[in-house]
Amino acid sequence: MIIDEYKKPKTIEEAYSILTTKENSQIIGGGAYMRLSKKHIGTAVDLSNLKLDFITETENYIEIGATTTLRELEINDITNKYFNGIISKSIKNIVGVQLRNIATVGGSIAGKFGFSDLIAALSVLDSKVILYKTGAVNLLDFINKKHNDVIEKIIITKNNLNADFQSIRNTKTDYAILNVAVSKHNNNFYKIAVGARPGIAICADKAESFLKTVDFSKENAEKAGLIASEEIKFTSNFRASAEYRQELCKTLVSRAILNINC
Amino acid sequence: MKINLKINNQDKIIDIRPDEMLLEVLRKNGCLSVKHGCDTGSCGACTVLLDGKPILSCSYFAAKADGHSVTTVEGVQNKVEKISKYLVDEGSVQCGFCVPGLVLTTMGMEKELNNPTEDEINHYLSGNLCRCTGYVSHTRAIKKYLEDKK
Repeated sequence: MIIDEYKKPKTIEEAYSILTTKENSQIIGGGAYMRLSKKHIGTAVDLSNLKLDFITETENYIEIGATTTLRELEINDITNKYFNGIISKSIKNIVGVQLRNIATVGGSIAGKFGFSDLIAALSVLDSKVILYKTGAVNLLDFINKKHNDVIEKIIITKNNLNADFQSIRNTKTDYAILNVAVSKHNNNFYKIAVGARPGIAICADKAESFLKTVDFSKENAEKAGLIASEEIKFTSNFRASAEYRQELCKTLVSRAILNINC
Repeated sequence: MKINLKINNQDKIIDIRPDEMLLEVLRKNGCLSVKHGCDTGSCGACTVLLDGKPILSCSYFAAKADGHSVTTVEGVQNKVEKISKYLVDEGSVQCGFCVPGLVLTTMGMEKELNNPTEDEINHYLSGNLCRCTGYVSHTRAIKKYLEDKK
């Protein structure tokens, strides 16, 4: 990677201005993944001085600042208190503590990495990305659309839903071969996200629809896993084959549904 | 560009390239204990303490460290000798390449966790890979060190 100029703006307005006016400018999160790319960046914008490293709780939301590190998120009492600790569970095996002390929430979301465990977990919660100019954007809309804007924070509605996260890795600290996040809102309303396919996490709409029509049972959890594995597209890479991922999907989806209900 | 860096309690003004990683800057400034391992953020050999927290210097832009304090093995010799004795006694050292990173991560853990369990120790140190001895002797050594420190 080549960077011509490195800036640490003092205000979000300044960061936004650099991002939108300077050629080939890019916000760097923690920078840990970005440095592996072969990009040529004109101006790197580092948000470290903007006081965006916070995790707070309001009456209705959990708010997570863009420069909060994954390690801070992993061990935070607020995030661990809700959703069966799915956020911490999703990130605690990402490489080691040292990398999680670098990688940021904003960088993990903006990077839209296929292997992202955090995106899978946030996809099944009511999560919004707060952008400086654009305002609030649903996480899934943010992932599917390009925004030339500065992420200020992520907000998650505190709705006490039950959630679970599952992943399979070749070794403990490797990136996931497949990750699955499931949440149950009320009655039979489930959200299921499958990521590291190796593409970015996507929702298993047909499996969610199936679960709306049936009562919980081990058999129906397994059926939902099968439906998810048939509706989602998997591909092969050096970590695993598409066929292996498809098999894993059945088990991980049904296991997460069982964990939520037992 | 110039950055202000406190390396092992010494204030320095260092000229860097905007895309230079902290690992290269530290080694150029005499901190050869910081090892150039995988260079992909996977092995932990390049671990240093940034304001007391363990980070991978191969994956951290030097420009980002401007105004911060960095600790390497060169700055904590006494502590390193103490922890290393336990590692040697438990047969946890062969080539020694992973040891500087392992010791600094252990120091980060000491600061962050009170009386960690064996599972917590293993989880905290899981980002430090060793291709010589395996990990059982590491865990045994660190556990003994922490117990004797009480």
